[in-house]
Amino acid sequence: MFEWLKVFQDPNVQWILFGCMLLGVSSGVIGSFAYLRKQALMGDALSHAALPGVCIAFMLSGSKSIFFFLIGAAAAGIVATFGIGFITRNTRIKQDSALAIVLSTFFGLGIVLLTQIQHSGNGNQSGLDKFLFGQAATMMLSDVIIIAVISIVLISICALLFKEFKLLSFDPGFARGIGYPVAFLDQLIMFLIVVAVVVGIQAVGVVLMAALLITPAVTARYWTEKLGLMVVLSGLFGAISGLVGTFISAHGRNLPTGPLIVLVATAIFVITVIAAPRRGVLSKMMLRASVRKQVRQEQTMLQSDRREKAL
Amino acid sequence: MSTFWIILTGALVASTCGIVGCFLVLRKMAMIGDAISHSVLPGIVIAFLISGSRGSLFMLLGAAVLGLITVFLIQLFHQSGVQSDASIGVVFTALFAVGVVLVSIYTKHIDLDLDCVLYGEIAYVPWNTIHVAGIDIGPKAVWGVGLALLLSIVVISVFYKQFKLCSFDPAMAAAVGIPVALFHYLLMGLVSVSTVASFESVGAILVVGMLVVPPATAYLLTDKLGRMIAYSVVIGCCSSIIGYYVAYLLDASIAGSMISVAGVLFLIALFFSPTQGVLFRKFKQRQLI
Repeated sequence: MFEWLKVFQDPNVQWILFGCMLLGVSSGVIGSFAYLRKQALMGDALSHAALPGVCIAFMLSGSKSIFFFLIGAAAAGIVATFGIGFITRNTRIKQDSALAIVLSTFFGLGIVLLTQIQHSGNGNQSGLDKFLFGQAATMMLSDVIIIAVISIVLISICALLFKEFKLLSFDPGFARGIGYPVAFLDQLIMFLIVVAVVVGIQAVGVVLMAALLITPAVTARYWTEKLGLMVVLSGLFGAISGLVGTFISAHGRNLPTGPLIVLVATAIFVITVIAAPRRGVLSKMMLRASVRKQVRQEQTMLQSDRREKAL
Repeated sequence: MSTFWIILTGALVASTCGIVGCFLVLRKMAMIGDAISHSVLPGIVIAFLISGSRGSLFMLLGAAVLGLITVFLIQLFHQSGVQSDASIGVVFTALFAVGVVLVSIYTKHIDLDLDCVLYGEIAYVPWNTIHVAGIDIGPKAVWGVGLALLLSIVVISVFYKQFKLCSFDPAMAAAVGIPVALFHYLLMGLVSVSTVASFESVGAILVVGMLVVPPATAYLLTDKLGRMIAYSVVIGCCSSIIGYYVAYLLDASIAGSMISVAGVLFLIALFFSPTQGVLFRKFKQRQLI
């Protein structure tokens, strides 16, 4: 059994493990609020929209510094957020179409910039396209430190503003009525989603980052009716996904880390849908069976009573 | 000559996606189109592993099946109590992850380029041709997308009334006896076929742009479905042609340019549409005051 654990003595694996767990926690936490506000796919749109930001940051800085990439991706994410809101508020196009429009247009622009960079002969460009699929295996200590700092800040903000976010998620009208700055809090949640996405892109890539925002939150929702516990469970499921995904990837032959993290999260989700207490499929089946049995017993007793009276 | 084939392929892709995409936008299912286009990857990989060849027919079949499976799973989770948008997100990211893992596992044997799946490479279309009895009948992609376009036109023409009613008033459609679920999956099948026919040219992610952006632009320009479909096709073709020349000037991705130009056309309609445009509405408001 200890043979399996020896892989974790490798410093590189330790960094990846730590980074992916932190990533899972932070995206799980912020994903809970996105899920409750029915904006689960916003993360998907923002992660795709980040690509032109990364490319522009590279063009301006000329280096592959993750710091500049984060700034560029965050800027693009914020612009995308405003774009989606603007389209939805000012036209008859619904939010899902607005998401798809912004997602694909920004991504198309990103591809144009990316291929232009690749053709420009700039020798420092290699690896830029790895943002699409993520490169958890190449994370270094500096990357983990950045992820750690941002994750802690993100979780701290969620903890400090918990009651505001809670009220905003469940009753925005009442929140506005008692004087909370609803628009500001709304944009703040969007910004936190952008930050989580931007941090995660490096590890799991543009496409799969949406999964880490959505899947742990949906899973946690099955286990509890309380928001506080849901947020904690969501972060926990995210961390477990990061841990197990990295573990499998480290042992497997040529297995990519990002997709495995997503698949572990999905596996936890499927198990939850089936087996969760009260809301799971099995629980519902057992409940229906017991109710049916109870009804049948009552009917039997009723018939017995009628026979006795008839006699 | 290669310019002609590239633009023709782009126009065919735009037409196919534009026609089917109108119904996606009207039914508020744009992100399901996104989910299907992402799920193309595992379908293609599985089809390859089963058939051992990259023939278009197997790819088409595999991806279409996965597209329908995606829709089915989304519906399944939604009925289990998961929010609609969350079930979409969970299903397509999981399937995409499966695809990436499969490609990585079989990377020594499989001849699939992940970048090509995501980006598409329409510039290579002219050199990948089909020969019948020794005669060159044109690029494979043109025939593939052309057949998908023909299929879409035929199916939607034959069942136009049903699709229209299911899009605008599914409850009434069910009340008069139209099998709504059947047409739902038929539409999803068309989306899958369009997606897989197009992915080699514009990539799995940018297909969403072709599916949604021209129809949304047309949606801002007219109130009639027939006209919306026509406008969508025209806007898509214009995006392809203009996008090609923009890419030529910038020495950049043709597919990316096409989507970017479509986005610009959408912005123009967003602000200047005679009935739905933002500026027009503000002008009308000022007049009322």
